[in-house]
Amino acid sequence: MAKITFIAFDGTEYVVDAQNGSSVMQSAIDNAVPGIDADCGGQCSCATCHVIVDDAWFGVVGKPGDREEEMLDLNPEREPNSRLSCQVPVRDELDGLVVRLPEFQM
Amino acid sequence: MRTAPFLTAIAMSEQTNVTRQELMTRSNKELFEQWAIDVDRDPNSVPLAELDPGHPDLFEARKELPYFERLRREAPVHFCANSMFGPYWSVTRYDDIVYVDSQHELFSSDFRLGGINIGGVADPNPDPQFTLPMFIMEDPPKHDEQRKVVAPMFAPRHLHSLENLIRERAGKILDALPRNEDFNWVRHVSVELTGQMLATLFDIPQEDRHKLIHWSDTTSNIGNPEYFETAEEGFQELWKCWAYFADVWEQRKAQKVPGNDLISMLVHGESTKNMPPNEYLGNILLLIVGGNDTTRNSITGGVLALNQNPDQYRKLRDDHGLVASMVPEIIRWQSPVAHMARTALADTELGGQRIRKGDRVAMWYISGNRDEDAIENANRFIIDRDNPRKHVAFGFGIHRCLGNRLGEMQLRVIWEEILKRFDTIEVVGDPVYLRSSFIRGIRELPVRIRG
Ligand code: HEM
Ligand code: FES
Repeated sequence: MAKITFIAFDGTEYVVDAQNGSSVMQSAIDNAVPGIDADCGGQCSCATCHVIVDDAWFGVVGKPGDREEEMLDLNPEREPNSRLSCQVPVRDELDGLVVRLPEFQM
Repeated sequence: MRTAPFLTAIAMSEQTNVTRQELMTRSNKELFEQWAIDVDRDPNSVPLAELDPGHPDLFEARKELPYFERLRREAPVHFCANSMFGPYWSVTRYDDIVYVDSQHELFSSDFRLGGINIGGVADPNPDPQFTLPMFIMEDPPKHDEQRKVVAPMFAPRHLHSLENLIRERAGKILDALPRNEDFNWVRHVSVELTGQMLATLFDIPQEDRHKLIHWSDTTSNIGNPEYFETAEEGFQELWKCWAYFADVWEQRKAQKVPGNDLISMLVHGESTKNMPPNEYLGNILLLIVGGNDTTRNSITGGVLALNQNPDQYRKLRDDHGLVASMVPEIIRWQSPVAHMARTALADTELGGQRIRKGDRVAMWYISGNRDEDAIENANRFIIDRDNPRKHVAFGFGIHRCLGNRLGEMQLRVIWEEILKRFDTIEVVGDPVYLRSSFIRGIRELPVRIRG
């Protein structure tokens, strides 16, 4: 279980209770958080679940894997803390996690 | 995106020592005659092993869908040993398509190995006159490097700044349409809007959009006997496109402040600034055809789908807010890119079938988008679905459509502007479909607007 805060581009905050075993992407979708499209349904193949991890949390969440990095790298609007949220599994250590949503998904 | 024109134009030859020159000068008409089929036959009567779902005549007759339905049911990973395109595998289920598209280490797009449409032939020493390298037909790292050069043009933030311009143009196009009179929606609206958009992306004079449209149509029809005797003839046209853009290149290079257009991006991009002529032409055609045929056919396909489903048209008229969810549904329904192909880089297994290194594999997006196991009521056109973005029409993985947001935006804007003006766009005759199993297109759609 983890409480995750999504901050939309306009500043609106969405706080959701995420279940272990789910992904950060799925938690957003299940709780109707706007701003994540997740067109490929979590296959690391569309990059429309892009989030920017809060500085304080990036160390805990960790770096993207190779495949994820390749997809992210093609996005001109990626930032150093960018992740594809379908590739971030929910776990207890993420309780309190804060991520920002980009203005647009590419 | 239709691209290396020659790839679809030529059939794999039975002889292995056939030269490129022979393929380029082969008669398009004879090829089609040699492979003629009866499009009216019962799809279930054809022995599975002889099924050739990529036959362009099926698409021209709009009889292709039952073949894919049968394949999804009976042979979701299917091998066709004999076709005008040579032997190829068909992948027809949604999940398998996502899998193949995502595994670029295993399934290559490289044009030297055969590229991205069925009919592509491996050619380790391609003749530069008839070969147009472009990043959609490259693997990493070259693909990634070149895609990144032009990607900023398609970033949503930049597209946002173009929206008002597109809206204004869409409005003008619609306001100029005849009333109470039959006309071809494709020419008057779809082609116009996409042509103007392309001229903007290249920052060339608007009146030159007709040239872009011509070169786009040439690329898509290079193997079509109605357009060209031989592929070579079509290529001569395409080199005129190069000549035009060679001038633009010099102009942009001389500019003190780099422009914010596709050519300026290529001029200054590390991985694109030293391209040989055929590669420059290839990438230009990728951007032209990629942005042209796909969006054009989605704009047309939407009008047709709403006419064939009047209850949906009614729903839309009652609630203009449905445009947002209708746009991805139109793209799914039309699937303007019917397939993309790959070459297997190693022996592998898929759906219980053994695919061998070097085999050609087609991902049929048109089929994945009708797969009932993945999409509820996939064979119905429904403009207010819960999850309309679930479709494979843009592909997946590193080659996923770079222009997807631009295509969606053009569709959204044109429909918003249509609804402000017209109660109904009425289809008044039979559509004419494109003879191609790569671009699933509509050449003519006779319509009438009352009022
Ligand atoms: C409804 C409209 C469109 C559809 C359905 C569509 C479809 C596709 C598909 C299926 C691919 C290949 C994906 C893959 O291999 O996995 C693709 C790639 C591409 N598309 Fe589109 N497209 C559309 C609009 C556009 C527009 C407006 C442009 C802008 C010029 C564009 C430019 C491109 C480019 C440059 C690629 C190559 C990407 C790469 O290889 O990395 N497309 N598109
Ligand atoms: S949902 Fe497609 S990459 Fe995450």
